Amino acid sequence: MGRYVIRRLLQMIPVFIGTTLLIFLMVYALGDPVAALFGDKAPDPATAARIREELHLDEPLWKQYLLYMGSIFQGDFGTAFNGQQVTELMAAAFPVTLRLTVVAILIEIVVGVTLGVVSGLKRGRPLDTGLLVLTLVVISVPTFVSGYLLQYLFGVKWGWINPSVSSEARFDELLLPGVVLALVSLAYVTRLSRTSIAENTRADYVRTAVAKGLPRRRVITRHLLRNSLIPVVTFIGADIGALMGGAIVTERIFNIHGVGYQLYQGILRNNSPTVVGFVTILVIVFLVANLLVDLLYAVLDPRIRYA
Amino acid sequence: MRGASHPTTWAAVAAAVVLAVTATACGGGGGGSGDGVLSSSWGDPQNPLEPANTNEVQGGKVLDMIFRGLKRYDPATGEAKDMVAQSIETTDAQNFTVTLKDGWTFSNGEKVTAKSFVDAWNYAAHIDNKQNNAPFFADIVGYEDVHPESGAAKAQTMRGLVVKDERTFTVALTDKFSTWPDTLGYNAFMPLPQAFFTDRAAWLDKPVGNGPYTVDAYTKGSEMRLRRWDGYQGPDKARNDGVDLRVYTDNNTAYQDLISGNLDLVDDIPAQQLKNVESDLGDRYINQPALIIQTLAFPFYRPEWAKPGMEKVRIGISKAINREQITRQIFQNTRTPAKDWTSPALGEKGGYGDVCGDACVYDAAAAKRLITEGGGLPGGKITLTSNVDTGSHRQWMDAVCNSINNVLDSGPVCTVNPVGTFADFRNQVTNYRMTGPFRSGWQADYPLIQNFLEPLYYTGASSNYGKFSNERFDALVDRANAESDEATAIKDFQDAERILAAQMPAIPLWYQNGSAGYSERLSDVELNQFSVPVYDQITVG
Repeated sequence: MGRYVIRRLLQMIPVFIGTTLLIFLMVYALGDPVAALFGDKAPDPATAARIREELHLDEPLWKQYLLYMGSIFQGDFGTAFNGQQVTELMAAAFPVTLRLTVVAILIEIVVGVTLGVVSGLKRGRPLDTGLLVLTLVVISVPTFVSGYLLQYLFGVKWGWINPSVSSEARFDELLLPGVVLALVSLAYVTRLSRTSIAENTRADYVRTAVAKGLPRRRVITRHLLRNSLIPVVTFIGADIGALMGGAIVTERIFNIHGVGYQLYQGILRNNSPTVVGFVTILVIVFLVANLLVDLLYAVLDPRIRYA
Repeated sequence: MRGASHPTTWAAVAAAVVLAVTATACGGGGGGSGDGVLSSSWGDPQNPLEPANTNEVQGGKVLDMIFRGLKRYDPATGEAKDMVAQSIETTDAQNFTVTLKDGWTFSNGEKVTAKSFVDAWNYAAHIDNKQNNAPFFADIVGYEDVHPESGAAKAQTMRGLVVKDERTFTVALTDKFSTWPDTLGYNAFMPLPQAFFTDRAAWLDKPVGNGPYTVDAYTKGSEMRLRRWDGYQGPDKARNDGVDLRVYTDNNTAYQDLISGNLDLVDDIPAQQLKNVESDLGDRYINQPALIIQTLAFPFYRPEWAKPGMEKVRIGISKAINREQITRQIFQNTRTPAKDWTSPALGEKGGYGDVCGDACVYDAAAAKRLITEGGGLPGGKITLTSNVDTGSHRQWMDAVCNSINNVLDSGPVCTVNPVGTFADFRNQVTNYRMTGPFRSGWQADYPLIQNFLEPLYYTGASSNYGKFSNERFDALVDRANAESDEATAIKDFQDAERILAAQMPAIPLWYQNGSAGYSERLSDVELNQFSVPVYDQITVG
């Protein structure tokens, strides 16, 4: 187990370098960020040259990348153009998005798995068919449609909540944005757990458990569910990273100042330190989440061993 | 064990529920956090909030609340009126003596002196401070020493600025510039307290100025709370207790907050809501011209667009654009078809007038004739370029192309080149990489006709992105700047503008209006000429 973890951690290094290099190249390809700093006015050549020099934009690209990575390992993610440290932006943004992600994941797990189990146990019945159609509808509605619609209904028409989230971003305010963010993945979780449950209901160990006379409740939660959760856990694990990065649309609609907001601002203003810094952290989150998922396999199913 | 832990758990749960309910109750209330405080939508300023480093509306909004300069533009007429200045005197339109009024202080207690201005201006111009608005000081003698085109600065201060005593300083300009005092209402010219120079980082976290409001709390990227400064001695004391500026990324969300009572003031109505805004807000919706014009500029650095005779083609394209229809259908009348290269917000006295005349009137037959006479479109086609991340640019470009294609009736000769981000677009424009007409938006820094013409069309001027050059135009602008009588100067500028009508270096499209909406709690809401609400005049309740 220990060797496995170390091997996985070592594998992360090339992935990390590769992804950051790619992001760096992509942001660089967007063009010179200094021109945009001056708005509709012409940049003053002397001032622009000073800013470029300070941000190392006048150096060759490989050197810029090395300088950037060098300072990252010293914990310095550079400065955004509004004068704030990128680490400062991260400290403000990540907790907010993390809360939003937690809300979304909890909704996914609780609602998604419950619906999946119900659906899987009643395979072929009207309830199952109904849920399948419903999830199909949810999957095909884009986030910005469901977001604006729910915001309008709950926020403006019925006035149950505020249409936007305050700067504190408390958990109760994040419920609706969490639902919006979770919706698509929720449908996938439902469908995955349904299929898995439906397959395993006829497995030998379930028949044995039933034959032993165990109560139905115990058969489902301890035997059937535990084994059926492996694909679901894989999906949810990979989804953590995707949700954090993919919150751009949801955060914009509900005016949440999290990672998505900072990424959006960064891209719009061609602000490479912000974009590369945030995505770098997201890459790490993604890698760690994947590692945790793989380790969870052993917990769920002891037959899976790591050499 | 079990029995013991239960009551505590329940108590914790109960406490959490109570907390959650009270928290919701607080947050769910009205717009502002106090009775006389209003809340308003805001955008994250692009640069640190220094007077000379702020060149966009969102940062400028705050500076206008916490600073007062030598002059201030009257929110209704745009006239530059003395504020901190007692007088600005000159005999030759080149050397000025500035005298300050007595009794002005910063909100930290420091006196506003001649030094507060001279130090701030020297700081703004110095190359090491990398201030975006440094070129605003280029007229002052000694600018090239503190702001050389390359290399290190040769001096720390400009020779043209001399402090005479606590309330007087003199300014020497390199050339005659009769309307120079009228530019002093611009944010770049605000005074700075010594506190700025002793601890700049702390000042940026909580800016201190001499205006009617002080910064109470500033959370970068999300909210700024401004409160009325009771010690303010100026003539325009705030009529409300304060303003909470809240950052919104999506103006649609701000609008939803406004109509559900969670926000008091929105100064940018989203395009998709323009159809509903009158029924939602009634007379609490403001739609009025601002000092903003959109044009399509031509790249004169491309020989095919600059050769003699092409002015007919350029005017022909202008006449092929149905401005009335586009402003009505795409912008729901929040844009006004352009008739010159300035803005109606200047007023007739300020130099606005129908100078473009016939060249800006839609006439399909004449357009087609002119384009043919001028030798046709270069290579038989034309491409319009703009960024498309904001401002419905994609929609109007498509509409303009449709209009041109219908007029020419020879297939799709006009195409649109959408650029993904503003940053990328600006980059292409400032590096002169355009091959056809491109969007050129201009928001004036101060309400002067000079500001609409000289920076954009004077040979080699800072924002002359099409590289247009015309000797007679330049001569007329020089003459206007040297003129000491304002009315004559404006006439000279209008004469210069007539050359634009004949040469059409940029097609005037439309003037952009300021649009705003407010809640029932507010009254006396007005927009100034920069389409920014006049916050200090708003009353609450």
